[in-house]
Amino acid sequence: MTPSSNRPTYYEELRQKGYSRRDFMKFCTTIAAYMGLQASGVAQVAEALKSNSRVPVIWMHFQECTCCSESFIRSSHPIVADVILDKISLDYTETLMAASGHQAEAAMHKTMEEYPGEYVLCVEGSVPVYEDGVYCCIGGRSAVDILQETAAGAKAIIGWGSCACNGCVQAAKPNPTGATPIHKLVKNKPIIKVPGCPPIGEVMAGVLVHLVTFGRIPELDRIGRPKAFYSKRVHDTCYRRPFYDAGLFVESFDDENAQKGYCLYKVGCRGPMTYNACGVTRWNNGVSFPIQSGHGCIGCSEENFWDNGPFYRRLTNFPGFGIESNADKIGAVAAGVTVAGIAAHAIGTNLRKKKLIDGLVAEGKESDQALS
Amino acid sequence: MSNRIVVDPITRIEGHLRIEADIQDGKVVDAYSSGTMVRLIERILQGRDPRDAWAFVGRVCGVCTTVHSLASCRSVEDALNIVIPPNAEIVRNLMFCAQYMHDHVVHFYHLHALDWVDVVNALQADPKATSELAQSISNWPKSSTGYFSDLQKRIKGFVESGQLGIFTNGYWGHPAYKLPPEVNLIGLAHYLEALEWQKEMVKVHAIFGGKNPHPNYLVGGMACSIGLDDVSAINAERLSYVGRLFEEGKRFVEQVYIPDLLAIASFYKDWGAIGGGLGNYLVYGDLPTNGYNDPSSFLIPSGAILNKDISQVYDVDLREDAQVQEFVSRSWYEYADGDNAGLHPWKGETKLNYTGPKPPYEHLNVEEKYSYLKTPRWKGNAMEVGPLARMLVGYARGREDFKEVVDGALAKLDVPVTALFSTLGRTAARGLETQLIANWAMDFYEQLLTNIRNGDTRMADTSKFNPERWETSAQGVGHTEAPRGALAHWCVIKDQKLENYQLVVPTTWNASPRDPEGKMSAYESSLMDNTPIADPEQPLEILRTVHSFDPCMACAVHLYDEEGKQVNRVKVL
Repeated sequence: MTPSSNRPTYYEELRQKGYSRRDFMKFCTTIAAYMGLQASGVAQVAEALKSNSRVPVIWMHFQECTCCSESFIRSSHPIVADVILDKISLDYTETLMAASGHQAEAAMHKTMEEYPGEYVLCVEGSVPVYEDGVYCCIGGRSAVDILQETAAGAKAIIGWGSCACNGCVQAAKPNPTGATPIHKLVKNKPIIKVPGCPPIGEVMAGVLVHLVTFGRIPELDRIGRPKAFYSKRVHDTCYRRPFYDAGLFVESFDDENAQKGYCLYKVGCRGPMTYNACGVTRWNNGVSFPIQSGHGCIGCSEENFWDNGPFYRRLTNFPGFGIESNADKIGAVAAGVTVAGIAAHAIGTNLRKKKLIDGLVAEGKESDQALS
Repeated sequence: MSNRIVVDPITRIEGHLRIEADIQDGKVVDAYSSGTMVRLIERILQGRDPRDAWAFVGRVCGVCTTVHSLASCRSVEDALNIVIPPNAEIVRNLMFCAQYMHDHVVHFYHLHALDWVDVVNALQADPKATSELAQSISNWPKSSTGYFSDLQKRIKGFVESGQLGIFTNGYWGHPAYKLPPEVNLIGLAHYLEALEWQKEMVKVHAIFGGKNPHPNYLVGGMACSIGLDDVSAINAERLSYVGRLFEEGKRFVEQVYIPDLLAIASFYKDWGAIGGGLGNYLVYGDLPTNGYNDPSSFLIPSGAILNKDISQVYDVDLREDAQVQEFVSRSWYEYADGDNAGLHPWKGETKLNYTGPKPPYEHLNVEEKYSYLKTPRWKGNAMEVGPLARMLVGYARGREDFKEVVDGALAKLDVPVTALFSTLGRTAARGLETQLIANWAMDFYEQLLTNIRNGDTRMADTSKFNPERWETSAQGVGHTEAPRGALAHWCVIKDQKLENYQLVVPTTWNASPRDPEGKMSAYESSLMDNTPIADPEQPLEILRTVHSFDPCMACAVHLYDEEGKQVNRVKVL
């Protein structure tokens, strides 16, 4: 998929910019680690970056709010200036491109003609199919038409965000414009789904870097999401999970338990049913993620999450939730209220954890007092 | 004989905007602005939990992220008579400030600068002269000859590759580009620096709201509890992080954005007499210092100015029936009692009625309906909203802080006050406002620390969070100033569910089609105001004026309740 130009390779560009080979290898190691590769993968990354030129990318905007583009430019590693100057040739994106109108369309068509079967199509937004597609028109053409035209010659398609993957907010009931995710409209093309509202910036850049670096799509799960970022539940990677297991919950926002950072399950957290990288990669270069900042996960990378509300009603049923029917009871026991019919083993285990945590908290307080 | 040109898509904006303009003798003689995408989020909100609304409407826009969530929480809190704790107000203000600093800088460099800065011409610059120039206008440390020389080499390689990426087919070499190569190179350098910087500023949102774009809000306050003794809550580490982000943000605004703005503007003073348009300005106000329910405490004062007369500022009341009204005579909707009526949003009545051409089409029928945007009016007047409106109202209200930055900039550029009413004035006002905001943010930050020091750590009032404690029916209005202008949300709650939810959004004010009297809104009016077109094939000048408003189309297009429910007037605060 190397465009036929006399461009320097990524490695050559780095050298021109004054980076040493040592810097370059360090960068490759970071990228390799980032992509979950073993040490042996570093050489592969290095090789790829020394030989590939920039991959043409067409980035379409349909029914969307541009949060995906905004998230993309938040990426810290790699930073977006490096992505668009050195790694890809972002030939069409309404958000950033200099040209407007005919000149913008001409840029898109040029790429489609010069790189058939080579360019990557990124789609931000869903496609409204009702009324001949009149609910989203660009340059006088419907989004339905434009999607079909641009998809035909694409090597692969990336669906950015929940709009392209699931329809997102405009597809919530009653979906008045017929907002449709792209996999229902495009067949016979590899589609990488990167859901989230928006997806994490580093995840977006990571998916592009994977494509560019290895010249192939990352390994996907059964519904088309990159396994690297969507194979674990937020619940299973949440640092507040021990409080959940111990039955220590925030009962209402800004209560004493909220100030202690207890589990947000009872105020509606969707972490137990949400597959995303938030608990590990976190947001904005790892600064925080919703749960860390005190609000439950709203499940924005899951299909139909808008219709799975209200957001502040706790989940009552989700796969792998061993003690769901007892979450209240654990809290009640903890509060000193006797409850009959407790599943003894599970609760016993969790009460032990709770005792342990309580004990450690008490110990902390004692040492605090001793110091003061 | 005029020549009709179509610019669609207008790029470097949020969303889908189409401009059709008639050109005669090198001038725009007629202009039509059309929004071509619709999602109907208000319809989707009906029947939902009011406490969830902030999340839905937050997704109206990912560029103006947070502002709709803020207006939504205020609207629901107004309906339920919830007063949020002072710390929550300050945290919301801090998020507001971070949003402005981020959004205005990104607009200037990434959405607007390429209208003024010729990227290809930057390759002709002398790095040494560029360095001297940069150091003469700012203390910003990245200004050595070597720095500019390296950057130039990088861009040269990029251009020579033949793969111009986002710079493909720009109007490079257009006669309307006036900057010397050295200024172009500085602009380009800071385009790239700002791209890297912007991801830092929004970390304020990640700290308080968990993520950006689309941080989390909460009806009744904010979810980020203060807990100085817990690693998970807002503690000394988190607070220090916020303080550092604002300090660095302020430095970037003062040492990069403002010097660049003034340097570039000094070569385009003629644009101080182009693109003025309506001369009517509307501001709802924001940044409370004594609670949202005390408008007199707002750092951004509300008010309306008519016919460029800054000697008089009119008060604005969002609850009064005859003030804010919306029209659909030229929009793809219909009203039950005829399309010429104007309805207050609380009486909002809308039925989608697409009468435009079937795609693919060459031209819209601009003599009839031609946009998914409705047409809002204030007391029948077309109004401009946004940074220029805010700076003018603050100035006209006699606020010293506003006067200082405005008069200072006018003096530096050596242009008269009338130059404010223009494309250049709009772009300059955005920068001056950012300067004010960057200072205010530091004050809010200090106030938050003081509150905590004094023992107030409350972040949310949840006494009415449970819907069982609500009245059977309630209604409210919440407003804010989005970076692009005045924004308000109206909600009606019945039996614990949203019965109606409506937004009137900045870009709807500015980019809407004509009203029943044929009066233009701000985009069209500004394009008609003295806009030259050197080359109809490369309508760079149209982009300059349209971009000076910072269009946000996803915000602007929305649809109200299809059944057209009648809503009564709600109580005044």
